[in-house]
Amino acid sequence: MTILPNILILLTALLVVFFQGAFNGIRDLLGAQVDLLPALMVYTALTSGPVMMMVLSVFAGFMFDTLSVNPLGISVLPLLLIGFLLQLRRDLLLRDQIYAQFALGLIASALAPLMTVLILLTLGQSPLLGWGSLWQWIVMSGGGGIATPLFFFLFDRLNHALGYQPIVESSFRADREIRRGRN
Amino acid sequence: MFKRSYYIAPTLVALLILLVLNLPNSTTVRIKTSLGSVFLPLFGITGVTQQASARVGDNLLPKSELIAENNSLRRQNQQLRLQLAQAATSSKENERLRQLVGWQKQSRWNVKLARVILRDPANWWRTVQIDLGSRNGLSNNIPVLSTEGFLIGRVSSVSLTKSQVVLIDDPNCKVPAIVENEARNQGLITSGGPLDESFVNLTYLLSSANVKPGQRVVTSELSAIFPKGILIGQIADNARLVESGLISEAEVKLAANLSSIEEVWVLFP
Repeated sequence: MTILPNILILLTALLVVFFQGAFNGIRDLLGAQVDLLPALMVYTALTSGPVMMMVLSVFAGFMFDTLSVNPLGISVLPLLLIGFLLQLRRDLLLRDQIYAQFALGLIASALAPLMTVLILLTLGQSPLLGWGSLWQWIVMSGGGGIATPLFFFLFDRLNHALGYQPIVESSFRADREIRRGRN
Repeated sequence: MFKRSYYIAPTLVALLILLVLNLPNSTTVRIKTSLGSVFLPLFGITGVTQQASARVGDNLLPKSELIAENNSLRRQNQQLRLQLAQAATSSKENERLRQLVGWQKQSRWNVKLARVILRDPANWWRTVQIDLGSRNGLSNNIPVLSTEGFLIGRVSSVSLTKSQVVLIDDPNCKVPAIVENEARNQGLITSGGPLDESFVNLTYLLSSANVKPGQRVVTSELSAIFPKGILIGQIADNARLVESGLISEAEVKLAANLSSIEEVWVLFP
């Protein structure tokens, strides 16, 4: 097993969180910032082991909360739950199909903000909520759904480019060649 | 079938997170500050890229345009100098009159320009991070203004090189305000809706408050954080009764454009 794909996933998580804070084109255009971490968690849960899933949820959640006013650790729990549920039913999911990736990303991206807001309210915080939050929720879910197949595509390409390629061995052996002919 | 450890490990992580969530605020702020240093290289790269692109843009500007802009700025500078001289005279007169009446001397505020480097990635908070920190003399609850001088928010947490500013339309930023009408109605600025960043609510107004669209709303002297008289915005609609008619509230259109702030003034006492 190579550690490179895992490092790439963590690096992507870091860049995704920074991107969400530093670039506001989508927020200015649609009124909501898309959260790409649930989409990344879908990819990780379906392609990596449980340890990596937990490492990503803790790392990405902490990084997100560091740049936000969120209480530290609040974003970890939804990511962890999404990753856990996906890995529980991993064998039944058609992870190679784009529509399945989209659907899983959509559901994960819809669940994550709901759970985060629920925990925030449980902790006595008062986040900015209103009817407009429904639109933000739709944008976040849709954005996550679209991003998930893109993550699969991107990481497949990266792993293909950076990972070890399987050596195709030919069954032909010169010393075992049966020579036919008249002697 | 999964092993038992597969269920135990996530449970342990969840318990650990619950423990972190219950840590004292000062500890989590310190942890956040330490973790934030991971982003420093990315901040550096973004800053360098922005500077480089700005430099390229500067080089592409035609010389005639620069000369015209320079002339315009020179004229503006002369006008401002004149206004400053007049203001200085008025200020001295004001001080003398205050001494005569025996009023308390008003302390002057110093300002420092800061660049907005990041917005809150979560949709349910309205905060930004600026590139000034405790090493620049910042501390909590310092007022922050737009470059035009309109109220934007206050500093909510400070690290060595960066600070978090909670914006005026965030639920955690409440500003005592006064309407510039005959009755000088007092109220409290609270957050508006999650989608429109240009409106906030002015609540806890008297039920009889005669608040009308177009009236200016400024910070009140009741605030311990904000100096009085800073422009917040203008009343956008007539006051409506809420809480069974006990109080009224009105929508305020913010003077500052919060969605496009790039630089801000930080006020130092």
